[in-house]
Amino acid sequence: MPPESGSPAPSAPAVAPQPPAATRPLVDEFRLGLDAPICLTWELTYACNLSCSHCLSSSGRRDPSELSTEECFAVIDELQRLQVFYVNLGGGEPMLRPDFFPIVEYAVGHQVGVKFSTNGTFVDAAAARRLAGMDYLDVQVSLDGATAGVNDAVRGDGAYAAARQAMDHLADAGFGAFKMSVVVTRHNVDQLDDLKAMADSYGAQLRVTRLRPSGRGADTWEQLHPTQAQQRDLYRWLLDRHDVLTGDSFFHLSALGDPLPGLNLCGAGRVVCLIDPVGDVYACPFVIHDEFLAGNVRGPGGFTSVWRDSELFASLREPDSEGACVSCGSYDACQGGCMASKFFVGLELTDPDPECVLGNAEPLLAALAADRDAVAPRPSQDHGRPGVPVPSPVTLRPTRRVRV
Amino acid sequence: MTVQLGDRPMLDPQVALRPERFGALAYHFGNRRLSFLKHPDLVTVVRSLDGRTTVDEAFDTAGVEERRRPAFLRALATLTDSGILTVEGDRAA
Repeated sequence: MPPESGSPAPSAPAVAPQPPAATRPLVDEFRLGLDAPICLTWELTYACNLSCSHCLSSSGRRDPSELSTEECFAVIDELQRLQVFYVNLGGGEPMLRPDFFPIVEYAVGHQVGVKFSTNGTFVDAAAARRLAGMDYLDVQVSLDGATAGVNDAVRGDGAYAAARQAMDHLADAGFGAFKMSVVVTRHNVDQLDDLKAMADSYGAQLRVTRLRPSGRGADTWEQLHPTQAQQRDLYRWLLDRHDVLTGDSFFHLSALGDPLPGLNLCGAGRVVCLIDPVGDVYACPFVIHDEFLAGNVRGPGGFTSVWRDSELFASLREPDSEGACVSCGSYDACQGGCMASKFFVGLELTDPDPECVLGNAEPLLAALAADRDAVAPRPSQDHGRPGVPVPSPVTLRPTRRVRV
Repeated sequence: MTVQLGDRPMLDPQVALRPERFGALAYHFGNRRLSFLKHPDLVTVVRSLDGRTTVDEAFDTAGVEERRRPAFLRALATLTDSGILTVEGDRAA
């Protein structure tokens, strides 16, 4: 899947908390969970023409038991009843589903707005015009570098050209302000100004999200995640640019000082979740693993029952009571960070985030690295295509700034 | 922009309200902005704003006392800025 298609609050829209003061801070309300998600990520298919080395869903092959068109419509009917105002559609490459347009049209026709993530390969001139003609639809084109060299090292040969061509088509079709979505890595973090300029040149909005060690990212996170110095630069860069969207995914950086705008908390199973192509419901897009599987929309009671009755989600909505982070002075700012990142590097969920900006995870990570018996959890499934090579970012060196 | 007691704002027809413990979520399908109405009384006020009712009347209906009205007016101004409410000319003198 395009790795940026979800985040703690996937694609969080501009949020304007309203006075007068509430009886309980909103963040506490969200931590207790709502009766329905604010929004959710829905991977429509595991099929993908790319094999990105950080793919959260290890996508490639279509799962033969993916939800049928009718089952997708039924899920949308439920989301409409629950007043889930929008979904982030991803994959895999969602446009590989032959019923992609009927599903999108059904959703927007039933008061469920759509934001969808694509690698752009199938956004030709005709598709761009069709997308531009629809209301309540946002498009995010995934691009992980301002140059083909940096992008294709992660997303595969030709991926940069395909994304640029898709954005050309969207601009030509008069789509308006689509999103250009970038997963921040050690290799593209120096290109953020160029990426911002590129988005501006299309009249698009730049969206940057955090790399997670999930899916195939479990194998590449070590080489790709930004260094501590880069994290500090990124924090300052984001503080100065409130027009850059983040899906609220960098809340762990808020421990560096003033909070970044948005919901600074992990919404997994509380205000967001993930529906995968076969209808499995996970706590968030970054934890496609049996330990975070809450149920399936095909079960009795459908999605609503999974959201409201699953034991997993009930446990995620309980107050945090233990762990090193709770006593840290920055806990209110970062809330202990990202559950998925901790899980897939082999930390406990009460441990600090592996990218804790105060360095609190470093002794634990060093201990894990030194322990021959320590095995980090592996993703529970792999839809990669046998024989198709995954780009290896290992040989890439950090780049200098390049004009676009 | 500011909102005054005599104004007759209207809840934008493209906005959906979802009731919550704390108040409501408000989503504008046109500009795709999500707002949080952080008090049930604010939801009552917003729901009664139909373009004919004044803010003053809406406050009375919802039982918003005098001391809370400045905060509520600021909230309505923010909701107007995000397109949740629209204010037509028609200002009472």
